Amino acid sequence: MTGYDVVFLLVGLVTAGAAILAVTSKNLVHAALHLAVSLAGIAGVFLVLHADFLALVQLIVYVGAVTVLFLFGLMLTRAPIGREALDSQNRGLGLAVAGGLFLTMSALIIHAYGGAPAVTPTRIATEDIGLVIFSRWVLPFEALSMLLLAALIGAILLARREAGESGETIDQARIELSDAPSTERDRAGTAPAGLGAGDDATTGGESR
Amino acid sequence: MSPLGPLLLATLLFCVGVYGIIARRNAVLVLMSVELMLNAVNINLVAFQNLVWPEDGFVSGQLFALFIIAVAAAEVGVGLAIIFNMFRNRASVNVDDVDLMRW
Repeated sequence: MTGYDVVFLLVGLVTAGAAILAVTSKNLVHAALHLAVSLAGIAGVFLVLHADFLALVQLIVYVGAVTVLFLFGLMLTRAPIGREALDSQNRGLGLAVAGGLFLTMSALIIHAYGGAPAVTPTRIATEDIGLVIFSRWVLPFEALSMLLLAALIGAILLARREAGESGETIDQARIELSDAPSTERDRAGTAPAGLGAGDDATTGGESR
Repeated sequence: MSPLGPLLLATLLFCVGVYGIIARRNAVLVLMSVELMLNAVNINLVAFQNLVWPEDGFVSGQLFALFIIAVAAAEVGVGLAIIFNMFRNRASVNVDDVDLMRW
């Protein structure tokens, strides 16, 4: 049992425990924070496997951004707190499906990779990843950038409050906006002579 | 180290995600379980890349993991926007309530 195995065991236990807590926690915010711990643990697993660049990307994207997004989502949709409200009636079904799937898949994996030789993880330089992403994988990379743009615009369109959807406030704003020019015109019509002279001067200037 | 450990950890995380999707009612928590499943696949890809087939010149495993991370981020954005719409229309994020298109 090498040092890799010991570190992987510790990080993996933290990851698995936090993941289980994330799907069983009664408190919504606690579930999101447990998910953050689990995702950070996955970054640690990447580090143990010598995938440094991917570990940093995981930390930045998941622990930094996605968790905050989830916390915002939980806060904006104020949901009730409590196990009865959070879990549906088919917990037994979930346990059965997940347990059966885990037993089947782990049996298959142990059957296939149980006798695999223990090797030292290969470090792949970030330079190689950068070179290959802009040569071999450039088409998927560009398609992914288009996907991100589409997701950005789609998320804005979906989450935006459409005009007229929430009745009074939009109409109120529209009335005020249309009022403003008419009051300006009224004030100009009943304006004292000095202001009218100024208007004449400007129109004269324009005609000249 | 043997690839068995990362593969078993990924299997466990995937199954925890499956349980979360089936058992949770809050749509945001369902989305969090989907993230767990995607991350389990990432562990698998990196383990196969760095332990089983490191001589792959195209670094396919790590790059697929990178792509999956980006797609998952986009998916969270759009998914949360859909959940906000659902909450605005129905004042609830319970996935059991949204059964209009169920057969």
